[in-house]
Amino acid sequence: MTQPRKQIHLAAHFPGVNNTTVWSDPEAGSHIEFSSFVKLAQTAERAKFDFFFLAEGLRLREQNGQIYDLDVVGRPDTFTVLSALAAVTDRLGLAGTINSTFNEPFEVARQFASLDHLSAGRAAWNVVTSWDAFTGENFRRGGFLPQDQRYERAETFLRTAWELFDSWRGDEVAADAGTGVFLRDPAAGAFAHHDAHFAIEGRFPVPRSPQGRPVIIQAGDSEEGREFAAATADAIFSRYGTLEAGQKFYSDVKGRLGKYGRTPEQLVILPAATFVLGDTDAEAHERAHDVRLQQVSGQTAIKFLEQVWNTDLGGHDPDGPLPSTDPVVDGSTIAPGRASVRMYRDPLATAREWRQLAEAKNLTTRELIVEVTGRQTFIGSPSTVAATIDDLVQADAADGFILVPHVTPGGLDEFADTVVPLLQERGSFRTGYSGTTLREHLGLDT
Amino acid sequence: MASGNGPRIAVALDGAGWHPAAWREPGARPGELLTAGYWTDLVREAEAGKLDFVTIEDSLALQTVNSLDRPGERTDIVQGRLDAVLVAARVAPLTSHIGLVPTAVVTHTEPFHLSKAIATLDYVSSGRAGVRVQVAGRAADNRHFGRREFGEFRLEDAAEPDRPSPLKDLFDEAADYVEVLRRLWDSWEDDAEIRDVATGRFVDRGKLHYIDFEGRWFSVKGPSITPRPPQGQPLVTALAHAAIPYRLAARSADVVHVTPFDRAHAATIVAAVRDEQDRAGRGAETLHVFGDVVVFLGETERAAADRKARLDDLAGAAYSSDAPVFTGTPAGLADLLLDWHAAGLSGFRLRPGALPHDLTAITRGLVPELRARGAFRTEYEAGTLRGLLGLARPANRYAAV
Repeated sequence: MTQPRKQIHLAAHFPGVNNTTVWSDPEAGSHIEFSSFVKLAQTAERAKFDFFFLAEGLRLREQNGQIYDLDVVGRPDTFTVLSALAAVTDRLGLAGTINSTFNEPFEVARQFASLDHLSAGRAAWNVVTSWDAFTGENFRRGGFLPQDQRYERAETFLRTAWELFDSWRGDEVAADAGTGVFLRDPAAGAFAHHDAHFAIEGRFPVPRSPQGRPVIIQAGDSEEGREFAAATADAIFSRYGTLEAGQKFYSDVKGRLGKYGRTPEQLVILPAATFVLGDTDAEAHERAHDVRLQQVSGQTAIKFLEQVWNTDLGGHDPDGPLPSTDPVVDGSTIAPGRASVRMYRDPLATAREWRQLAEAKNLTTRELIVEVTGRQTFIGSPSTVAATIDDLVQADAADGFILVPHVTPGGLDEFADTVVPLLQERGSFRTGYSGTTLREHLGLDT
Repeated sequence: MASGNGPRIAVALDGAGWHPAAWREPGARPGELLTAGYWTDLVREAEAGKLDFVTIEDSLALQTVNSLDRPGERTDIVQGRLDAVLVAARVAPLTSHIGLVPTAVVTHTEPFHLSKAIATLDYVSSGRAGVRVQVAGRAADNRHFGRREFGEFRLEDAAEPDRPSPLKDLFDEAADYVEVLRRLWDSWEDDAEIRDVATGRFVDRGKLHYIDFEGRWFSVKGPSITPRPPQGQPLVTALAHAAIPYRLAARSADVVHVTPFDRAHAATIVAAVRDEQDRAGRGAETLHVFGDVVVFLGETERAAADRKARLDDLAGAAYSSDAPVFTGTPAGLADLLLDWHAAGLSGFRLRPGALPHDLTAITRGLVPELRARGAFRTEYEAGTLRGLLGLARPANRYAAV
């Protein structure tokens, strides 16, 4: 007697606007033409993935007071491109990152309810919260929230959106031509919400959508972010893709669900993962190193260094040692609006670690940055990668992965063609969609 | 051949049609109004007729019949709708030539978001996007956002564009909003993306521009996160019934939808719009003036009148509209449109009384009628919406000459 195998969930992340994406690759296509989105989404659907994922950033990145030009720049509007993708896919979930700071609940709820109707139940919302006045400069209401309220506002925003989704039960539209009754319930869509952040009331204009509510994804990692996710999310976009860190995060977050009356299956944990495949493991490792060098040019290495040193290092030689000066710690930042900056909370300590590592391994600046940033999650032959993914999922380090290809738009093809069949052979991944909605794909309550 | 000297034809799609009882007609699909298939079928039908574009109505609130109704209170009319920009995007990959012009509310909402949404619609439709901008200041709309209230909007203020009033403010804000949309569309030069492997630069940042808009109601820094759309400037349209909205359209739009009640009135409105256009310094630019007409069509005058009467009976009231209402045959409608076209209207936005009946009567009745008179295209002559309307792809305001 064997237990049924735990099923893996997979998502395809459209390559983003950081140095993971290798735009200089001869195979790299457009990041803005619709054909690129169609290509990746259709590959993901062909491979029976759970969903397609789109990130968002609402201001072009800057460093040293100038628009950052070394990585991909430019992206489409999230809702619009997902709605168009609903026309060229049939089952694939469509997940969009939408900010709860630079939007209003009424608008976002109206758009997600519309997307869920137009995709027949495939919408997902990655709820992010940001606070920086830099991004706020693009918005009419960009300046009204103190930074320490961002989670409070995000949670209130989400709960308010839920009230709007739930303002229709789903049985109000009669559309009975004979009797002339279109709406059975004259109060359908009525809502009223009043708190410190939102004071809104009226009638929500979108009747209940196929999923009722879009699937909710969150990526928060702090203590309050994890608690927020445990209370409200259907899926977590996590950053812990290794066995130990993955298991620790997995048990931590799933352990928080009980106090909200939720069970472990009601929250799907999906670390982000990059990958490099090869015919053999050795070949894959060789390719992975080449990709890392493409991702970290000498100039990119200097820009990374500047984010930690917080100063202009334009004259520094990437093929020489690290700077001898210490990072500037004065509360300012030369790279506003960039999440990676917040990862180095103690730049002096980071600089110390990097110096030690560089000395121990005799690394140049560029080699060091290649070493300390963004090594690929899965490197190996298809069978190695399939086994690694399956083992991680079976060991409760994750419920699946959000895969981030490094080449647009064909970067998922090889995975779809070689790894997915092996996962299917192992009995760990679907060979066909059994449901039509994303909630069904993810095994969530509908 | 191209459309020759005839009028351009758009249709305005809204729910089951513009008549409040349209959803009860045979052939109506009242249970499918929130499905992608419904909208796809309608837009494909319009495309089969080689129409210039469709508009898709939208609102922040549930439907009303009269402006004094509380939104949603009528249970005998269609209630509920989808976001029009997303409907247009959903239809875009399944159509190839027709323009897609969703309605978007430019009060309460963020110009930065709408600008990239319409730019993206232009990408997913390969250059067929537009937007019909609409103000929203009713109390019911305002309470959905909870951020602001407005003073009293008085009808008589609409004719007084030079006198301060809450209504004037609402439209002046809309003009600022469109200015931000347009600047953001230009905030990337066409060749800003260089992918220069030798220098490692993906973009030439000298070709990305801050728009630095600062106005009375909002300020927006820019640049857009979305590169310049295929048309450069997607089409902007506005519905206008009086001097204040004529001024908005004259300053900001490529097409203004107007509601003349007869031929002479059409000529008067065109003159008023042209006057505002000159005042806005846009006298040399093309601003299409489209007449809005609600249509109830039948194979005979009698059949059309009977159908309209049946709908009115079901609704319990004779249909009334802000726009002129035509009831009759496609040939009779062709006569009217050509007559008003000669009075200066460059095209029409027809509002089908009931869907799909009055849409197919346009595509399969009116269109052949116009073609027989050499007044409508038999094939699409351009690949973009601007192209169909004879509008050049504009130079970028930020590009060095």
